[in-house]
Amino acid sequence: MSEQVYFEDVQEGQEIPSLTEKCTSQRLVMWAAGSGDFYQIHYDKDFAQGTGLPNCITHGALKHALVGRLLHEWVGDQGRVKRVACQYRGMDIVNQDVICRGRITKKSQQDGENIVELEVWTETAQGQKTTPGTGVVSLPSRKQ
Amino acid sequence: MAEASVITDEMRAAIGKEWAPITVEVDKTAVRMFARAVGYTDLIYYDEQYAKSKGYRSLPAPVGFLGHPIFRPDVPSRPGHVMPFKSPYSRVLNGGTDVEYYEPICAGDVLTATAKIVDLSERTASIGPMLLVTVETTYKNQAGRMLARFRGTLIQY
Repeated sequence: MSEQVYFEDVQEGQEIPSLTEKCTSQRLVMWAAGSGDFYQIHYDKDFAQGTGLPNCITHGALKHALVGRLLHEWVGDQGRVKRVACQYRGMDIVNQDVICRGRITKKSQQDGENIVELEVWTETAQGQKTTPGTGVVSLPSRKQ
Repeated sequence: MAEASVITDEMRAAIGKEWAPITVEVDKTAVRMFARAVGYTDLIYYDEQYAKSKGYRSLPAPVGFLGHPIFRPDVPSRPGHVMPFKSPYSRVLNGGTDVEYYEPICAGDVLTATAKIVDLSERTASIGPMLLVTVETTYKNQAGRMLARFRGTLIQY
């Protein structure tokens, strides 16, 4: 884990460090086992093409989980990921990089917590946003 | 919309009706498998003593992991995939996921998951006409406290 980030140190509009993960066929199989989603479009090319897809596609929920990891790694030990929402607007094909990014949209204090809201998304190596969404995290304060 | 709606009165009547609750288990091996699939290196997901040193009861569930239904070959095992009505389409895609946590879920938790359809809508996209079904599932622990809320949108086309 990287150094702890504090509420006072972040600003609205700031982008957080990105996370790039190549979603290989092996990773998709690991995800199928870990999540219990055994739909064949994610690991059987013939099956995927039979439904009209160009190839196997990365699970949407894996992209959601990767965005969760992006936020978890950013908030550090003392922060918490409270909400991750995303929509699967574009397909990511197997063996391509999924690049996860986030930008702070709002800082606030609610019920004694330091809340940071973010715009989050995944994009392809070509810069196409395939998975737009939002995240909510809490961060520790330097004052506490 | 040029096409006639595929949403029937029967389908509309299903909105808001809770399905029979199911039990999901969160166990250590499952947490590790999920964390490994996502590529986590944080040891809180793998080493129970380390997780406890960070204030967790046991290995915490990574974002998106809400336990596994107890598999039985005679019972449909994936909530959200068994609709209370017959779909007019045969193919499905995942449209979106929204998970909100109120308290951490940890290995050892046995949760009650209660699902209901909260929205039905139609759209025409590049793959043709589609039905979007949004299912909301709440996860409560044995003390009845809600730990998380999941909203998933399933695209049928």
